[in-house]
Amino acid sequence: MTEILDVSKIINEINKELPNSIVKNNDDSVWIRPDDIKKVCSILKNPQGLDFSFLTSISAVDYIEYFEIVYHLTSMRNNYSGIIKTKCYGRKNLALPSVIDIWKTADLQEREIWDLMGIQFQGHPNLKRILLWEGFDGHPLRKDYLGN
Amino acid sequence: MDNEIIVPDQNLNIPLHDTTWDLDRNEGDYINHLKSTHLAPLAEPLLEVPDDLQKNVAVTSIDALIGWGRKASAWPLSFGLACCAFEMMASAMSRFDLSRFGMEVFRPSPRQADLIIIAGTVTWKMAPAIERVYEQMAEPRWVISMGVCATSGGPYYGSYSVVPGVNHIIPVDVYVPGCPPRPDALLYGIMQLHEKIKRYSIKNKNRK
Repeated sequence: MTEILDVSKIINEINKELPNSIVKNNDDSVWIRPDDIKKVCSILKNPQGLDFSFLTSISAVDYIEYFEIVYHLTSMRNNYSGIIKTKCYGRKNLALPSVIDIWKTADLQEREIWDLMGIQFQGHPNLKRILLWEGFDGHPLRKDYLGN
Repeated sequence: MDNEIIVPDQNLNIPLHDTTWDLDRNEGDYINHLKSTHLAPLAEPLLEVPDDLQKNVAVTSIDALIGWGRKASAWPLSFGLACCAFEMMASAMSRFDLSRFGMEVFRPSPRQADLIIIAGTVTWKMAPAIERVYEQMAEPRWVISMGVCATSGGPYYGSYSVVPGVNHIIPVDVYVPGCPPRPDALLYGIMQLHEKIKRYSIKNKNRK
């Protein structure tokens, strides 16, 4: 069974190379500043470090005041998992750096988040709708989506 | 011998996504067109025999013969959209055994199929494909709407992405209720369709 890595190890690993990028943390996850998310991800993927070689999922949660993007990471070699999160404030023109250069599997998941939640990922080579069709109006998984 | 390599004029080093944008936009435009124009259900198909042909012995006996042949070999299309498709497959397996009706050959091509069983939720993104598959089937063709999703949208009625009944896209002959319908229910629907096929007259080809 994959274990959950102690958060302090993730924090130490990030602070070694990129201090001040952590906003806060709790028992199981670390909040990162949105601008630093790509650098932090490449630090965590480093095979000499924590070796999070696998991105299990990216999810987006609408908390009305802000959107929270959750990255579930797994290390195949060391058999542990970790969670990092970031917050996007506002409702319009939301943007985050894409992690597709680090994990190829982010491709479809970032497209799905753009499609249903309306968060743009800068640097994504093919950011277009995936479940709905081109020309659809709005992003239906947002809390303020009223339908038609 | 001319060993010159032919270099195409076009620059073929364009990324794939740049070449597919037009496809996506065309698909989106067509779905939006379908969604705006197909909100009223289609009229129920009618099987009416004109009065002056009702007592025509020769025609009715040919009808009976052809109808008998057609009803005993209504080949369905391999087409499943959601969980109802599993009940459809179960109907075809040995316990319920669709081959009793001459229907065990699920055809992979719409050109060879007489019957399409819409087994599952029809989304607007799937609607153009269903319309096209239906148009590719040869006449005479029949449609069974299996399950409450295909019939009316069911639990997804009013959703932004689900067609409120496949009757908005193609005409339906038999509706089978249930979520999903048991194979028995589908078999009953198929037997109702057989009754309908038997009443189909070659003199009255226009099913409206």
